Amino acid sequence: MTSPRTVLDVLVSNHPGVMSHVCGLFSRRAFNVEAILCLPLNGGAESRIWLLVNEDDRLEQMIRQMRKLQDVHDVRLRPDATETFARLGEVMAD
Amino acid sequence: MFSMTGAQLTISLLERQGIRTIAGIPGGANLPLYDALSRSTRIRHVLARHEQGAGFAAQGMARVTGRPAVCFATSGPGATNVLTAIADAKLDSVPVVCITGQVPRAMIGTDAFQEVDTYGMSIPVTKHNFLVREAADLLRIIPEAFTIAASGRPGPVLIDIPRDVQLETVTFEAWPEPGERDPAPAFFDADLDAAVSMIDAARRPVLWVGGGVVASGAGREILELAERASMPVTSTLMGLTAVPHDHPLSMGMLGMHAQRHTNMAMEACDLIVAAGVRFDDRATGKVAEFCPQARVIHIDIDHSELEKLRPASVAILGDVGDVLRAILPKVSPAPRQEWLDYIAALKRAFPSCIPAKGGHATPQELIRRVGELCGDTAVVATDVGKHQMWTAQSYPFRPGMSWLTSGGLGTMGFGLPTAIGAALAAPERKVVCVSGDGSLLMNIQEMATAAEQGVDVTVVLLNNVCLGLVHQQQELFFKANHFSSIYEVSVDFTRIAQGFGWKTWDLAGADDPDAVLREALSHKGPALIHVPVDRGEKVWPMVPPGAANRTMLGGENHD
Repeated sequence: MTSPRTVLDVLVSNHPGVMSHVCGLFSRRAFNVEAILCLPLNGGAESRIWLLVNEDDRLEQMIRQMRKLQDVHDVRLRPDATETFARLGEVMAD
Repeated sequence: MFSMTGAQLTISLLERQGIRTIAGIPGGANLPLYDALSRSTRIRHVLARHEQGAGFAAQGMARVTGRPAVCFATSGPGATNVLTAIADAKLDSVPVVCITGQVPRAMIGTDAFQEVDTYGMSIPVTKHNFLVREAADLLRIIPEAFTIAASGRPGPVLIDIPRDVQLETVTFEAWPEPGERDPAPAFFDADLDAAVSMIDAARRPVLWVGGGVVASGAGREILELAERASMPVTSTLMGLTAVPHDHPLSMGMLGMHAQRHTNMAMEACDLIVAAGVRFDDRATGKVAEFCPQARVIHIDIDHSELEKLRPASVAILGDVGDVLRAILPKVSPAPRQEWLDYIAALKRAFPSCIPAKGGHATPQELIRRVGELCGDTAVVATDVGKHQMWTAQSYPFRPGMSWLTSGGLGTMGFGLPTAIGAALAAPERKVVCVSGDGSLLMNIQEMATAAEQGVDVTVVLLNNVCLGLVHQQQELFFKANHFSSIYEVSVDFTRIAQGFGWKTWDLAGADDPDAVLREALSHKGPALIHVPVDRGEKVWPMVPPGAANRTMLGGENHD
């Protein structure tokens, strides 16, 4: 049994330390993150990170901790984006 | 147009932030910064003897003033040494700006001499951190660092500056504004109304105050609410100066080393107004069994603390003082005589083992006596261990005092350098540091810093020639298997302190210990008072780690 998944859509400043800040938060607080996508936006000033995560009762705490990061501008839930990860999974499995 | 090096720019920006004292140690990677600092007419540099000492000295300055303070360290070991003090500042929400030197940009990632990934290592222990990639960025980063350190829930910020960035020339048009604290978040009236109805409806409410109340300067509002609604007040370790220790509604500290009646009152309460606390395990015990009958109103400035460990009926994001000022006029005055009678009965049935007045027979009485002698505006620092808990229990705390203790990280070695920083920032105040022999040895090199600066710091050293709390836990929970907690060699602390240029007093065998104490505490300048303590003296009561707060060992007072 896997718990239901959802996607956190995180808008961040684009500089070399941001991935460390975001990913470190997850390992440090023992949150699970199943998959990560990250692409630069707006000519590179910002990036959008998608995190595939378990939809459990710790999600709200994860979001609040993420919002405290100085380089995180916005965090939203995008349950519809799980589909993208499923399709990518098919591509990467080849 | 202005033109200068990154190092000169950094020092000028610090001057413009109002920084007047920096603690630190120079090394290869921050020498340009030090060269620029040497030319500052406004900033005094305090040369520490270990970077951890510099970090804690900055903490002492910040904890006493409530404003960000600065420490410097070089790359590599300088940075790793300072990180303990930074992690300590993170857990206790202290605004410190730490500026480290780094190897030149071209050498980053090459395992160069004295290179560590300071940026990577400091992520988990800072509120935020920066690696400065070009000197012009300092114009934005330095003010921003101060804003981040001071805003919301305060915390440490680290700025790592490569050596060649310090040497790079930067030309700019105008100075940036100094970084100031952002306004506190606005809260919702609906939440306030819900909180007020819960307080009005409660029959057995308790006010629980923590470091957030001290940081917000909301002690007066806490007392007003307590008196208006007849709510007893308990405190975490970090909130002890929020209300006077002898106020009729004060119940002292709760949790692992609370008095029995305090934890029992918490067991019975039906509402907790949790103000600036984070439900730390030392305060709550087994959190699932903490205050089982109580609903919770949680007020905190950090959104992620609300409902992190315990669901709240009302969670209010905001500055504690702002929120209380908004709530106060709406709360109905109520005598709650039944509840206060119940607490009075608990106090009679389970009397406090805190000494009613100072003396010299026990370490607790001695600490009380020190408190009586040091006055109502003293700065009280501790290290970590038995002496810390005895001080938390027995020191006569009042709102005019500053209480500097390592609550979250529990860092032995915190006391002396933090007290030095406090004395630098508040030279007119009496600074006393209650320490233990294990803790004092962990940063004893800072005695040289204290002597060099001539700071007025009195260390009261409770010496039981062991790691006291470890010894106690081994006795209670490991069948008295005292492994590695007893020192085989007893160090002569008075001679060591004299070697550093300190004045010393020894209570061992003193005919009139009070006269010794009074003389030592009236000395201006670094002073050590050596107090031998029986190894068997325990911190009572004690809730076993992981147990619920109703499970208390010791501390029965049958006098």
